[in-house]
Amino acid sequence: MTIELYRIDDRLIHGQVVVGWGQPLNIRFIVLVDDAVAASDWEQELYRMGVPPEMDVYFHTASDAVAAIPRYRSDARRGILLTGDIATMRRLVDDAGVLAVNVGGIHSRAGRTQRLRYVFLSPDEESALRQLAEQGASVTAQDVPGARPVALGDLLSGSAP
Amino acid sequence: MSSDADAPSAPRAIVAGHGDFAKGLVSAVEQITGRGAQLIPVSVHQLGVEDIEAVLRARMLEAGVRVIFTDLQAGSCTMASRRILRDMDDAVLVAGTNLPTLLDFVFADGRSAPEAARHAADRGRAAITVHGAGA
Repeated sequence: MTIELYRIDDRLIHGQVVVGWGQPLNIRFIVLVDDAVAASDWEQELYRMGVPPEMDVYFHTASDAVAAIPRYRSDARRGILLTGDIATMRRLVDDAGVLAVNVGGIHSRAGRTQRLRYVFLSPDEESALRQLAEQGASVTAQDVPGARPVALGDLLSGSAP
Repeated sequence: MSSDADAPSAPRAIVAGHGDFAKGLVSAVEQITGRGAQLIPVSVHQLGVEDIEAVLRARMLEAGVRVIFTDLQAGSCTMASRRILRDMDDAVLVAGTNLPTLLDFVFADGRSAPEAARHAADRGRAAITVHGAGA
């Protein structure tokens, strides 16, 4: 198996990831790439307690994730890789050959404009998503497996329902 | 003889979770007991993790409550609540809340809110039963 989903989600591990995607895809591990979480044992324990016992969670900084991703891709189990922001995912697209990016949740904050119910973007973040696509990654927004994937063009043009 | 006027109406806990979980459960508690005012439903639609924590913390401080009921162990409200508990020693979080949990909580007049929350969690856990098909 491999990493089934490369997801940008500012909530990191939460219900949609563990249950919404985890159950139908039979996910057995999560790779959480976040410099702050990777530096905090307390935060790591917090996220570990949020997953069922049959699911492993591995923590990496953006830097060491690049080297670790090939190992996860050859894992016999199915996994999800999470980043909390676009910049971290961009690094993985650049340096680890990520080809498909799921925008799963970027929530409301000052300076951001709502694009979908679960996606709010600042102008800089919109540019960053465009750059991901220009680098060759397929970028779609989709919060849960049953939802229709929204193409980047529709996401940024505001034409998505 | 006691009356509804004797029932505590001051808020004693926050209820938070996915979708309209909190609003729905508090509505059910109110319909069954008339004591829904003890529970403050909090919606976190469209909020990031930092804002969820800020909203929950603000509601707790405003209302002077130290109990949070959430729906899912892995949920964002549970994660945010656990962060709040790091610097709020007297607070209690109950994750996996169901309706029997809250019904027990709102009738625990003689207990402190944290004690009532622990008792209610036990009641809620025990209230799940399976019937039929050889169960």
